[in-house]
Amino acid sequence: MDKIPILRMGHFLLVTIQTDLYDRLAMSLEADLVQMVSKTNAKGVLIDISAQSIVDSFMGRIIGNIASMCKILDAETVVVGMQPAVAITLIELGLELKGVHTALNVEKGMELLQTKIILPTEDTSDDDDYSA
Amino acid sequence: MIIPLNKEAVEVKKEQDTIFLRNRIKECATKTGMGLVNQTKLITAASELARNMLRYAGGGNVLVETVSKGRENGVRLTFKDTGPGIPDIAMAMKDGYSTGKSLGLGLPGTKRLVSEFDIKSTPGTGTVITIIKWKNG
Repeated sequence: MDKIPILRMGHFLLVTIQTDLYDRLAMSLEADLVQMVSKTNAKGVLIDISAQSIVDSFMGRIIGNIASMCKILDAETVVVGMQPAVAITLIELGLELKGVHTALNVEKGMELLQTKIILPTEDTSDDDDYSA
Repeated sequence: MIIPLNKEAVEVKKEQDTIFLRNRIKECATKTGMGLVNQTKLITAASELARNMLRYAGGGNVLVETVSKGRENGVRLTFKDTGPGIPDIAMAMKDGYSTGKSLGLGLPGTKRLVSEFDIKSTPGTGTVITIIKWKNG
């Protein structure tokens, strides 16, 4: 069965969906990604959908689910690279992707993630302050 | 009057078939000179209907046609299944209504995305949904 690779980059997980998605593939990505977040303690997830020519209600729901699940696991999700035609279609379809952060491209998405999370290194310095 | 110019039947029996269907529709739509936004709307609509067909009727057939009406060109898709049918079409066309666990956007959303939408369903016999997206519609 096809599988979408999840790359680890520091505190972030990177997913670039290059193949055409069908339902089961999207669902296995959801499960894999949530597992990975918990296993690697990732603080942010970046999903690149620039290669997707369509996003329908099911895939939209999966994206929303991933964002909500990661949120509960203390990770932020940013969806990047949505094609303009896909955005137009999603809104007309009635799917607003509420609660999902978006950015125009990977670079901007990474910047957004960095502002959204407090890196653990800063956490430990805070702890030191308290113990002192 | 709507004149079909070119037709092709695609069988949808499993999820992967929807990808093949999307590609066939894209090819047809490109041939009519349809713009990218309208193409995306049409393919998204087809993806919704194909999913419904798989989920509720265990699959079916899709007729992909390039059609012309006067000076307009477009793509007509006919989704035909022999599933349980839809008992209450008015209800099924409502936003947020679903007998499954989905968001209930499939049918009403699809209608918003295409130029023409027609649904016929007989409980116990099956459902036929025809959609048309005009090149500039």
